Amino acid sequence: MNMDCPLPENEFEKILLAHGSGGSLTGKLIRDTFIKSFNNDLLAKEHDGAVFNLDGKKFAFTTDSFVVNPIFFPGGNIGELAVYGTVNDLAMCGAKPLYLSASFILEEGFDIETLQQIVNSMKIAADKCRVQIITGDTKVVEKGKGDKIFINTSGIGIIPDEVDLSPSNVKAGDKIILSGTIADHGIAVLSARENLAFNSEIKSDCAPLHELVEIMLKVSKNIHVLRDPTRGGLAASLNEIASKSDVGMLIHQDKIKINNNVKAACEILGLDPLYIANEGKLICFVAPEDSEELLIEMRKHPLAENSEIIGEVMNEYKGKVVLKTSIGTKRILDLHTVEQLPRIC
Amino acid sequence: MKFLDEYRDAEKVKVLVDQIHSLNLPRINIMEVCGSQTHTILKYNLEELLPEYINLIHGPGCPVCVTPIEMIDKAVLLAQIPNVIITSYGDMIRIPGSINSLMKVKASGADIRMIYSPLDAIRLAKENPDKKIIFFAIGFETTAPANAASILTAKKSKLTNFFVLSSQVLIPPAVKKLLDSELIQLNGLLAPGHVCTVTGTKWCSEISNQYKIPITVTGFEPVDILEGILLTAKQILLNEHSTVNQYKRVVTKEGNLKAQGNIYKVFEICDRNWRGLGEIKQSGLKLKADFEEFDAEIFFNLEPSQHHEDERCIAGEILQGLKKPTDCNLFGKDCTPTKPVGAPMVSSEGACAAYFNYRKVNE
Repeated sequence: MNMDCPLPENEFEKILLAHGSGGSLTGKLIRDTFIKSFNNDLLAKEHDGAVFNLDGKKFAFTTDSFVVNPIFFPGGNIGELAVYGTVNDLAMCGAKPLYLSASFILEEGFDIETLQQIVNSMKIAADKCRVQIITGDTKVVEKGKGDKIFINTSGIGIIPDEVDLSPSNVKAGDKIILSGTIADHGIAVLSARENLAFNSEIKSDCAPLHELVEIMLKVSKNIHVLRDPTRGGLAASLNEIASKSDVGMLIHQDKIKINNNVKAACEILGLDPLYIANEGKLICFVAPEDSEELLIEMRKHPLAENSEIIGEVMNEYKGKVVLKTSIGTKRILDLHTVEQLPRIC
Repeated sequence: MKFLDEYRDAEKVKVLVDQIHSLNLPRINIMEVCGSQTHTILKYNLEELLPEYINLIHGPGCPVCVTPIEMIDKAVLLAQIPNVIITSYGDMIRIPGSINSLMKVKASGADIRMIYSPLDAIRLAKENPDKKIIFFAIGFETTAPANAASILTAKKSKLTNFFVLSSQVLIPPAVKKLLDSELIQLNGLLAPGHVCTVTGTKWCSEISNQYKIPITVTGFEPVDILEGILLTAKQILLNEHSTVNQYKRVVTKEGNLKAQGNIYKVFEICDRNWRGLGEIKQSGLKLKADFEEFDAEIFFNLEPSQHHEDERCIAGEILQGLKKPTDCNLFGKDCTPTKPVGAPMVSSEGACAAYFNYRKVNE
């Protein structure tokens, strides 16, 4: 066997799909390229949206691009996703969503009728969220240079004075609430894209969370941070919070709910549901004394009927997420390092 | 989930663990042959439950890891030919070759598709008559039947734009090679349940007899693996050496005869290089002369190329069970799943990836 040393693999010279996975390569790209160059305090917080003050009022501002393939999937389409995704990012800042922008990158030859269908569902979605789409842009690229339709939405929302959500507020003892089953969206999109015929249809959980958040913030003044576990799944969101707060967390695997069909699909495909995207779920870190009441109120909301306390924050395991497995052993629950499923949102 | 959750049941786990603890044995080396078993052991941190006397040694049963580097290099070369689409299973796309991986040439414009079944490659060939579709067929006896089926389908459909780059290998010769080695002393084996689903268990019985070693054909869930360990340890205690089938819900003595039939309709046995283990006689499958028109190596007239392994990587010793991933100086530093140096850090069945992704709390 030849034992010569190969070329060193120091840095990636080109963008890989894994740079868009929401995992460790995405984080590295954001830090090394974008944050380094744009260099400001608001961006450096790496939140779902930026929070800033204007004339004594607190605002949240966020943007998101949507490249999901296929553009229609069980439970939603790219247009609904574009509205709900941005609304949810605002909601995770504790903001009441006000206005959205919508930009469209269209591929030459794309059906106008299909575009109209997507735009109609965006209008319905925006009405449901009580936001208006007040500005936008349209670009067309040559056939083969895009893939049907890409949508970017930005959003602005206002944050009530008393609301202050940040990973730095998280304390040992906090309970971690998950608002329902995981992995529905990623598996629904994958099944539609790959024509995987499972016995029963798996639907995306794509939904707006602003109303649920509004209720939650009324029930408890001790909610410390909220996140919607989209790309990279539950594991990525938990790790993100652990890395930005000075605490560790213990997650009980048997408290995490997964729909049976989704679980079966994950087993067959060798995917770990903890890393699969959700589009209508949130995780909430709340002071222990408020957790039971909050859980009861959350379960009354149709989007959070399956809410559960899945773990707690500890002084131990600083910066790490520890998973207590279903058989009682413990291990680290890390960020996923590679792309599991490209283009799921 | 029915049929699976019962094999992840905390109570059943406890009963088995108590029984394993009750056996009075000196330190024993048990090798789980299959990489999926290694992953379950790490994912559920089963070692936290096991007594000191059991030393689990991770075997070579990771098909992606043992695919020789020259085959990866060939796939990378083929991917750069105009109008070629390379298809393979996800992990193969990230395996480092001598200079490039398929993933890197994909980022430079090569058309590489991840598929779930070789029949998807057939579909691509039918949909793209102006392109040449190459399926990079790797794996053990588990993937061989479906890969054979795709070639039979291509023949029946008279496809002229479908090719296979075959790097199929067989498990029994590799197990024998490890047992012949004087570098490692194994007291028992957990045989790979999925391979045995196809092959049956006769080869295991032959090895138990020949090498006087207890073998338990074992499944892939925590309860399966603990039961496999218990059954093996009991045999060691009683100084017995037969083959026991723990994975009865799937594996039969004869195996899947139809699948075996398909394999040998299309393939014949050949010598094959294993990454990390070197050449093993009669351990590979190549296309029979009747199916030569689908052989990518023949059609594209590939010359053997110079290949380079990273000499810092100890994958060979890890695949032979001589070292653990954490014994490697590169582990977690210069070698991670994002930037793998060796194949075991890439594959979902690779030992290094299992150690990296499912780290223990104190590591």
